[in-house]
Amino acid sequence: MAKPFIKPVITAAEAAGFVSEGSSLMVGGFNFGGAPYTLIEALCENGAHGIDLICVDTSYYNTRVKGPVGVARLVTEGRLRSVIASHIGLNRKTQELYTSGELMIELIPMGTFAERIRAGGAGLGGILSPAGIDTIYEEGRETIELNGKRYIIEPAITADVAFIRAYKADAAGNLIYCGTNRNFNPTMATAANIVVAEVDEVLPIGAIDPENVVTPGIFIDALVIRGESEYASRT
Amino acid sequence: MLPELSEEEAKIRIAKKIASNLNDGDLVNLGIGIPQLVPRCLPEGVRLILQTENGVINAGPTEEEYDLRIIDAGGTPVRVLPGGALISSELSFAVMRGGHVDATVLGALQVDEEGNLANWMIPQVSVPGMGGAMDIAVGAKKVYVATRHFDKNGKCKLVRKCTLPLTGYGVTDVIVTEYCVIRSIYGRMVMTELADDTGLQELLDRTEMNIYVSSQLVRERF
Repeated sequence: MAKPFIKPVITAAEAAGFVSEGSSLMVGGFNFGGAPYTLIEALCENGAHGIDLICVDTSYYNTRVKGPVGVARLVTEGRLRSVIASHIGLNRKTQELYTSGELMIELIPMGTFAERIRAGGAGLGGILSPAGIDTIYEEGRETIELNGKRYIIEPAITADVAFIRAYKADAAGNLIYCGTNRNFNPTMATAANIVVAEVDEVLPIGAIDPENVVTPGIFIDALVIRGESEYASRT
Repeated sequence: MLPELSEEEAKIRIAKKIASNLNDGDLVNLGIGIPQLVPRCLPEGVRLILQTENGVINAGPTEEEYDLRIIDAGGTPVRVLPGGALISSELSFAVMRGGHVDATVLGALQVDEEGNLANWMIPQVSVPGMGGAMDIAVGAKKVYVATRHFDKNGKCKLVRKCTLPLTGYGVTDVIVTEYCVIRSIYGRMVMTELADDTGLQELLDRTEMNIYVSSQLVRERF
């Protein structure tokens, strides 16, 4: 079904309803920055369990910041069935669950994480990356030699739903970002069936110069205005 | 003999030595720890373009005003200097993996004779995930390893063969410790610079890695 040209502005709770048991969910963000905090909070209220999370890190819990911050709550509240991430060092709980084997966690190089998602959104079967060649990361993965160099065959990643964070949208869902909040958000916007963007505000059509659009609205299904919680308002 | 150095003195010696190897205008990606000291140790007239993996090109010093919307990879607010850019992670890693970074400075748990670097996990003890380390290790034009020569228990971090899981295979170009500089030259680890307060034989005796000593070994102040 075609996405509407004018994007509905919905509540975070409505957006959380797109995620159900067994859904795969991409969540943007890196460290503190660019995570859709309001959407994550609504998801924690809403109560979906058994989510397959795709997020570059699992944010803060019991480390430098006590937390749980952002997606860390999905971990501490036991909402997840599996995780694909690159870094879990800021979240003690994720590390515990990884070490004990209680949660299925695939740790992959961060550049590979980005490119697998890009491939997913770009209609590619996967990518070939030299990152992790001749390390334990290579174990259990297929490799290929091309022009005398070895690469790991990395399958594309897509998801049922992506929750992303942008700075501002226009009514057609065109997005601009702020600072380092951009991170994985524009890439994830291309790689999920349903894409919801949390933004500071929604401007009228024409308010964002097409030259400045980072994520075109064609990828977006719905917009959510950010809430006032500490991280939602500070990042 | 080996000089007695405080933790801070040792780290600054390493950072200074690496800083003196970098060229004005180099695009540089810094790891966490000692590498982060490099910018403050640069010689006069040398300016680097610092890239952070989360999307800053030409990152400046820590920003006093606490804005979480522009942070470095460690989550610390930073400034984007004039002429800089903000990019997505996808592009940032294309920069890192694609051979566009002139030099990266990485910390180490172990580094070995074949230039293998282990710096991302200690099985059953610490599994933070590799983050961007594997990408930058294979992608940077030059990999500097900034490390104390010995760990806190006195065990040498320059080993014959890494026992910890590798971050990258054969990726190390230069190892800099508080005592010496070792360069990977035609597959051999060659000491090219030695601190003038450090005894060569004692250092070699206490180093697990087999090191060749350059015939043009430079002894200088670290």
